[in-house]
Order: sequence, then structure tokens, then C-alpha cells
Amino acid sequence: MAAMTKPLNLLLAALWSLSAPAFAADVTILNVSYDPTRELYKDVATAFAAKHRTETGDQVTVNASHGGSGKQARAVIDGLEADVVTLALAYDIDAIARTGLVGADWQKRLPNNAAPYTSTIVFLVRKGNPKGIKDWPDLIKPGVQVITPNPKTSGGARWNYLAAWGYALRQPGGNATKAREFVAALYKNVPVLDTGARGSTTTFVQRGIGDVLLAWENEALLSQRELGKDQFEIVVPSISILAEPPVAVVDKVVDKRKTRATAEAYLNFLYTPQAQELAAKHFYRPRLAEVAAKYDSQFAKVTTFTIDEVFGGWKKAQAEHFDDNGVFDQLGTANN
Amino acid sequence: MTRRVLPGFGLSLGYTVVYLGLIVLLPLSALAVKAAGIGFDGLWSILATPRIVAALKLSFGAAALSAVINAVVGLLVAWVLVRYEFPGKRLFDALVDLPFALPTAVAGIALTALYAPNGWLGQWLVPLGIKVAFSPLGVLVAMIFVGFPYVVRTVQPVLEALDRDVEEAAESLGATRLQTFVRVLFPLMLPALLTGVALALARAVGEYGSVIFISGNLPMQSEILPLVIVQKLEQYKYADAAAVGVIMLAISFGLLLAINMLQRWSRRWAER
Repeated sequence: MAAMTKPLNLLLAALWSLSAPAFAADVTILNVSYDPTRELYKDVATAFAAKHRTETGDQVTVNASHGGSGKQARAVIDGLEADVVTLALAYDIDAIARTGLVGADWQKRLPNNAAPYTSTIVFLVRKGNPKGIKDWPDLIKPGVQVITPNPKTSGGARWNYLAAWGYALRQPGGNATKAREFVAALYKNVPVLDTGARGSTTTFVQRGIGDVLLAWENEALLSQRELGKDQFEIVVPSISILAEPPVAVVDKVVDKRKTRATAEAYLNFLYTPQAQELAAKHFYRPRLAEVAAKYDSQFAKVTTFTIDEVFGGWKKAQAEHFDDNGVFDQLGTANN
Repeated sequence: MTRRVLPGFGLSLGYTVVYLGLIVLLPLSALAVKAAGIGFDGLWSILATPRIVAALKLSFGAAALSAVINAVVGLLVAWVLVRYEFPGKRLFDALVDLPFALPTAVAGIALTALYAPNGWLGQWLVPLGIKVAFSPLGVLVAMIFVGFPYVVRTVQPVLEALDRDVEEAAESLGATRLQTFVRVLFPLMLPALLTGVALALARAVGEYGSVIFISGNLPMQSEILPLVIVQKLEQYKYADAAAVGVIMLAISFGLLLAINMLQRWSRRWAER
């Protein structure tokens, strides 16, 4: 008889544990993000889960999916059930918003254009800076090879392109024609257009191709930390773009899965000192002044402009520069 | 009534049709539906841009060239594997299949590492002015790599089944070795060889993973068609992307049909 009750108790215990989460909420949300945030969001998930458990008693698991920003956005459009998206550029979330999955006002719902941390575009050069690269004009000198991914396939690469364009535009006497000439000259110096940012880093670092890599500051700092300061140096240009990777709750999904409260708490958490510290540790520039001050020495002083100021937003920039037969295509054709 | 191995002709055929429909035709028709909105004029305007023409030429040109190279080299390898005994033959035989098993991105990264200016081969080739990585030549190398097993594996069984008596008969009738090969053996191998070439060609045209790492992806120089499709998708232009896909399919289908007819003709010629 005793032998019978034991398995029965086990079974009951198993059933009870299955039903238990119904009382103390056990929530799983999915964050669909882009490639270089893998390490950051792993740390954020752990910190958020701990904080959320002490505050609400809920057990939260945040899963993350990483890939190219545009590819991730298409997956969400095609039905990947993301509770939140954290992508490389607003254009990709706008594309999701066009399908109605995300409200059109998404960028107004959270502070700072819905971008909890920022970055900028800097140069990574080889030790000793043999070609003496100091600022943007050095990139169009004959004999200098520039490595940057293809803006047609990489969201990150679009920031590189726009940074160069914005620099040229903001020079004394700068205008659209001059900016176009500058960017055309720059891409003439590009021997390889990888499809993504990490591919370009590999080309520059592992294959030893090129004199300068255009990179997000966080990626450049990470490369330098991984590979050692004795191999690469970071050159910060006089002026660059403020890269704002945005975040948003996917309304249709959270309403269907009843996870809105958790998803919103998760995104709001990104703006807290704790998460801002994590962002800084992963070399993203924190928005919060107090945290930014603490990590001041890590980031070089650089004058930045935003995409809204110079290009009138992503939609316009995309249509003008990167869509088929846009400026970038014309440059590519003019090369030959 | 003759007894069939498979149960009931109706059931077997039904299964075949349903399976082919679900696995092959349904995805392809989805592609056509996505592209349908664009119309014939739209299709033409997409096709007529210089960038796409360049990518079209590179994709199909390099694929055709790689198929021809694989035909010659694959035939040689198949011949050696069937006709000669040498130590390590089993190992070589197994090696032939590796390009099938390797994820293409891994192949692409490995080839790029090899041919990059600081790579094992690249450091010797680049000073000689031979630029493989990040050039159209790199595209060709990657396509040869992924297409290689097809020719070997289609020709090999035919060679194995070939009776030696045919050769001996030719020889006893006074044919030289070259004559025996050209007039007796080659016609017998040709249908299988053409199948292998068709498979290698189709694979090379659609190849993406290995090529994008080694090609450098420069517009008008080393951009392949599948990359153009990805670029359209990055702009959320699903219809345009599907249209390029349909164009590729149409050309590939034409080529495969031509090879098929050539194959039938050659088989009839061999049986004559």
C-alpha cells in the first residue's frame, strides 16, 4: 500500500506544481533584438527578473532573439510573437508599426525618442595609426582603405553612412552636393561591403584588410577590449551621429498574450540607474546624467547630431538614401 | 493484372502529387502570388536596372562557368575513383561529399580566410596579382566548391556499371584509347554528366551563404542575385524581392529544361 501512495503523492505534487504558477504569476516574455546587444540583454534579463520578483513576486523569464535588425523586424511582421522589440533603428520599428502590430505613436511613449541608451560612430585603426587618420577627411585620401558594411543590408551601416554625410554637411560651406561628393569618395575607398557589422569587424580584424573600420562606438570598444589595446586604437572624429537604437512594446502581441504590464515594466527598467549601468558596462552611452557622469572617462567627448535634425527622420533618410535608386545606389553605379 | 510493389496506383500517385504540391509547388506559388501585384511592366522595370543586370550576369555567368569546370574536374575525379586503386581511396571518396554536409556560411568563411590577402593561399596569390577573395573570382571559387559533389556523384555509378567488354570490343576492333573514350565511353556517360552539370548549376545559382562572405558584395562588381533579394527585403519591398526570385526561377527553369532536352537527345544518340 505504501508503495502505491508514494507515486500517487508524487503525481499530486507534480500536478500542484503545474497549477501553482496560476497563483504566483509566472510570465515569459520575448525580446526580439539585433545582433550586438546579445551580451547586454542577457545581463538586463537577469537584473530585471530579480528586481521584478522582489517587487511583485512574479517569476519573469525574458527570452531574447538576436539577428540582423531588418531581418528581426520582418520576423515580427511575419508572426514571431515578440512582446518587445529593441532594434538598431527606428525605421525597422516603423515598418512593424505600418502593419498595426505597434501603435504609430510608439516613439513618443518612452523618454528620449524611446532610445534608452545611445552610441555613436567612431573609427577603429591599427596600432600606431600608420595612415595618420584623425577625422573624416582622412578617409577619402587616396590609398586609404575603409571597411564598413553594406547600408543596403545592414541597419548599423546606415548610421555609418549618415554620420559621414552629416559631417560633410556641417562643414563650412557644406551642402547636399558636397556631402554627396564626400560620401561617394569615401565609398570609393571601400574594398569590401560585408552584409553585417560583425562581418566587417571580422574583415578588418581577422583578415587584416583595410586601414580603418567605421564602427559603432560600443563595438569598437568591445573589439579593443577583446583584442587588446596593443593592436587597435580608437579614433574619435570631430563630429559624428548620435545613434539611437529604439525600443517598443508590440501592442497586438502583449494584448493577446496578456503580458503588457510585464513588457512595459521591462522597457521602463531600461531607463533605471541599474540598467543604465549595465548599458555603460557594455559600452553603450547611458542617457541618465548621473550614470553618464560616472562612466565619463570611458567615452570620448564628441559633438553629435541626430538623424531628426539633419535628415528629417528615418523615413525620409531611408527613402532618399537607401531605397532602390536612392543616393547610395547612384553612388554605386557612378563608381563604374 | 501485374502486381505492383507499392500499394495501389491511385494511392501512390495521390501521395506523390500531394507531397510535391505541399513541399514544392505551394512555396513556389506563394512566391508567385507575392510577385503578382507587380505586373509585367513592373517586372521589366526591376530587371532593367543596371545593378540587377550586373548581378544577373554574375550569378548566372559564374554559375555556368562553375558548372562547366565541375563537369571536367568532376568527371576526372569520378574516373579516378572508379578505375584506380590507391591507398586512402575510401577517404577520398568520403571527402567528395563534404561540401554537401558543411553549412555554406562555414565554407564561405573558410574560403575567405584561405584567400584573403593574409590567408594561407592569398598571401602568395595576391602579390602575383590574382585577387580571389572579394572579387568575382571569389564568387566562382565558392560556386565550384558547393557544386563539386554533384558531378562526381552522378557520373560515378554510371562508370561503375559500365562493362569492360565494351572497351575491349572497341580495342579489338582497332580503336585507339582516345577513340574508345570519345566514341564509346563518353556518349554513355554524357546523360549522367549532364544531370550532374544541371544540379551543380542550379545549386550555384541559388547559393548565398558561402558567396556573400568571399565576394566583397560591391555593387556592379561582385553582387549576386540572392543578395539583391535580401536588399529588397531590407526595404520591406516584399513584392520586388519576390519578383527577382521569380525572374531567377524562370531563367533557371529554362536552363534546366534545355539541359534536360540535351540529356534526352544524348541518351537517344547513345542508344542508337
